[in-house]
Amino acid sequence: MNIALFLEMAADTAPDRIGLVCDGQRWSYADLLAGARGAAALIRDSGCAHVALLDESSEAAAMALFGAALAGVPYVPLNYRLADADLGALLERITPALIVGDVDRVRRLCPADSNVVLTRAAFVEAAQARAVDAPSEGEDGEGVAIQLFTSGTTAAPKAAILRHANLVSYILGTVEFAAAPEEDAALVSVPPYHIAGIAALLSSIYAMRRILMLPAFSPEAWLDLAAGEGASNAFVVPTMLSRIIEAMAKGHRPDLSALRAIAYGGGKMPTELIHQALDLFPATGFTNAYGLTETSSTIALLGPDEHRAAHGSDDPTVRARLGSVGRPLPTVEIEIRDEDGAVLPPGEPGEIYVRGEQVSGEYRERSALDADGWFPTRDAGYIDADGYLFLSGRADDVIVRGGENISPGEIEDVVMTHPAVAEAAAVAIPSHEWGEAVGLIVVPRAGHDAPGEEELKQMVRARLRSSRVPERVLFADALPYNEMGKLLRREIKTLFAA
Amino acid sequence: MKPGTKLKSAVCDTEVMVIRSGNGGIECGGAAMGEAKPDAIGAPDAAFAAGTLMGKRYVDAAGTFELLCVKPGKGSLSVDGVALSIKDAKPLPASD
Repeated sequence: MNIALFLEMAADTAPDRIGLVCDGQRWSYADLLAGARGAAALIRDSGCAHVALLDESSEAAAMALFGAALAGVPYVPLNYRLADADLGALLERITPALIVGDVDRVRRLCPADSNVVLTRAAFVEAAQARAVDAPSEGEDGEGVAIQLFTSGTTAAPKAAILRHANLVSYILGTVEFAAAPEEDAALVSVPPYHIAGIAALLSSIYAMRRILMLPAFSPEAWLDLAAGEGASNAFVVPTMLSRIIEAMAKGHRPDLSALRAIAYGGGKMPTELIHQALDLFPATGFTNAYGLTETSSTIALLGPDEHRAAHGSDDPTVRARLGSVGRPLPTVEIEIRDEDGAVLPPGEPGEIYVRGEQVSGEYRERSALDADGWFPTRDAGYIDADGYLFLSGRADDVIVRGGENISPGEIEDVVMTHPAVAEAAAVAIPSHEWGEAVGLIVVPRAGHDAPGEEELKQMVRARLRSSRVPERVLFADALPYNEMGKLLRREIKTLFAA
Repeated sequence: MKPGTKLKSAVCDTEVMVIRSGNGGIECGGAAMGEAKPDAIGAPDAAFAAGTLMGKRYVDAAGTFELLCVKPGKGSLSVDGVALSIKDAKPLPASD
């Protein structure tokens, strides 16, 4: 199995149809396949063990993804928002690699001679120049299509791997080949290193739905591209939807009449926001998709009819479903288990386990699947009597701010360097704009004056990134721990709610 | 047959990718399919000439065999002489 098959089928069926639009440039399926084949030749010649992208979305992401697949080499899109030290460590781990994107930064952080580093333009040009018409069978390699680094909550980031077999199973199970009418177009605004960004390329190409790439999200650019190209579909994280609605409220309202479907996921959707969106887009179908990197994207979804039924219902049970992530795909199984691994009945909260051919649950270092193939998601939740899945947070305390995973540890580490701070803990607090935001609680050191709130925020802003800056700061005499010395983050969250 | 194996028809343009398979001979147009295309292309048996459709998945009644059509042709698919049918999949809303 090889995911490059999807692009080959699209190019066989309609070579001249436009498959991707980015920055005003239009690429047919034949162009994309030729670029992917040329990229595969470059990759084979380089002898590199990985193909990395350190860049915003563009046609280069599609050519690198499918080129790597044809060459049998894992594709590793990197998070360009990472701090230098963290990114440098990841670059070391994938060397020797063919890396596309920010050449200066790669050279500065990882000067290894064995890496081949190309700008986006140079890569696309070279891939097109090497393009051959002859069909090339995809190489199996070790069967790994994608390697994505997790955000790394407690230790170094883990390298999650998705095999061709996982991704092929996901696409065949969820998308009908060439099902999209020719006028359809999907607006893709999630970054290329997010599983949703990769899944969007695969799904859209297999459905033969033209991809409209928005390399850098702003609500105005999103609205203008959707209107200008007549987007029929879009995927957004909740924060994007919030900002789009805000921009529309301020009067930026181009014609979105072609927009039939908006899917969202990647973080908690505030209930008021989705009600607002359903009112603002009365003719648009909304789909909530729940999935993880390790599951090849979506494993459960709440569809358009369920959204409208919940939105228009007076029955509290039906209305509450807007807060659910829907029901499992027909091709996956989901169970809720307690801490001892026992399967829980409907309504009982526990950890979400999932099993199916699309579920990899595999890291470079080890597989997280149990003996029967179940993957522990580390997400907490429950399933109601009608089979709807509700999420109640992350089992591992990661703060998901606007689709971005933030490890509490990195914020705590910075704050703890302040001489007047004895203890610090960061937790997720609800945020209308971001889904979740950072709440920080600090215990001042005895004999010191408590540090100022602005001073702590400034420290985090200077050392990390603006998304890490606490939205609220509380001061306490002590933090709550259990008898094993484990910090009780759930209790800290209740302090913020008080 | 290993999942991912591509099989070609001996009597038409059809090509399939094996998604799953068991014991039995995979045929197109009534003739055995193989990984290589024969030099001389025959004609489909009239009983297996309904054609294949690009991107459709074909299954047997027991669900042992599943083939994805990656190139369409005039022959139709069977296993040991028993015709395969198109897999009926409930459409899902686009989620990414």
